[in-house]
Amino acid sequence: MKKSNCFSVLLGIVLIFLLGITSSYGLSDAFKDNIYHPENLKPTDSVLKVKIGDRAPDFSLPAVSGGKIFLSRYLGKKNVVISFVPAAWTPVCSDQWPGYNIVKGLFNKNDAILLGITVDNIPTLFAWTNQMGDLWFPVLSDFWPHGRVADTYGVLRSDGVTERALFIIDKKGIIRYIDVHDINKRPRLESIIRELENLNK
Amino acid sequence: MKTMKKILIHFIALAVCVFVFSSTVTAAKSPPLKGAILPEINLAVPVKDSDRSYLGLPTSGFFKIPQIKARVVIIEIFSMYCPHCQGDAPDVNKLYNMIEGNPKLKNKVKLIGIGAGNSSYEVEVFAKTYHIPFPLFADMDYSIHKVLGEVRTPYFIGIKINNDGTHRIFYSKLGGVDNPDQFLDLMLRLSGVK
Repeated sequence: MKKSNCFSVLLGIVLIFLLGITSSYGLSDAFKDNIYHPENLKPTDSVLKVKIGDRAPDFSLPAVSGGKIFLSRYLGKKNVVISFVPAAWTPVCSDQWPGYNIVKGLFNKNDAILLGITVDNIPTLFAWTNQMGDLWFPVLSDFWPHGRVADTYGVLRSDGVTERALFIIDKKGIIRYIDVHDINKRPRLESIIRELENLNK
Repeated sequence: MKTMKKILIHFIALAVCVFVFSSTVTAAKSPPLKGAILPEINLAVPVKDSDRSYLGLPTSGFFKIPQIKARVVIIEIFSMYCPHCQGDAPDVNKLYNMIEGNPKLKNKVKLIGIGAGNSSYEVEVFAKTYHIPFPLFADMDYSIHKVLGEVRTPYFIGIKINNDGTHRIFYSKLGGVDNPDQFLDLMLRLSGVK
């Protein structure tokens, strides 16, 4: 086979392989037919504005459960995992926090709290998270000014949703882990737990 | 003209490649159908002695679900991240206990779970959280989930294994166990196993 033809075949295989991988996700029946299925998205679409070792920018955001949560309230008390997910009522996001909801014990063991953030408004987040059962962690709305906190951290995408990103902040308020994940895929739970265990070594 | 020919050859090469490889990596269009057989699924023999013994498997390697030593295998497609699967877990455990507690069914009906998109760690978290007594398998890259038609979770498939090693699907449905008594009755009635 000629070199150029080989290239076509290889390109085809790579394309099929990539399409095959990125289009896969599970979906809980808890959400019935209410999930909007976007096309595969560009894996990341923003530029981080913080790095590991930086002091985490403080913020306050309204919580679905009422009141406002300040990041600084955990200073000296808890390690903080911030989980930005792109949008309510979308496939991967809907199957991410429910998993974190059954591992409160692992967070407690590592002296950590989880903060879930999206740029959706409170009523949308209320309806969406109600399908997940009783969440033990605060869910915060970065709706207005739209995506201000996400933008401060550098995880606001050009279409106004956030990246699927994780930040781990230690008790001194220092960022110790950043994972701006491929938006089409769910990060592994073990990555978070491993990093939390490293903080406590 | 030469350029056109070149483009055509490239197009044909690409088309052939898509035809040959797409069937191996794309998802099945629908879940397994009642009356059909399972698609090719290879699972690693469990590391835990108790799981191997429960399924009647050799000590290592891979196996296919119809090789499980049973007349009926009930397969749950679940995910650690699925709230419905979490809520249904106690009922699935009850189902297992009802089967294991009945001497007539104990060696005939077996249960396994496949964690769609779950790593071994995530499957283990689910097993520990809900005290799952039957073997669970990780399907981290969704490869099994894909050949099963990318079903939503929880999804149950029941297969009946014949004496000659062949099998047939007698149940394939979205939704949880909900009522273990009724679910077990349904499995026994549809499979014809008493």
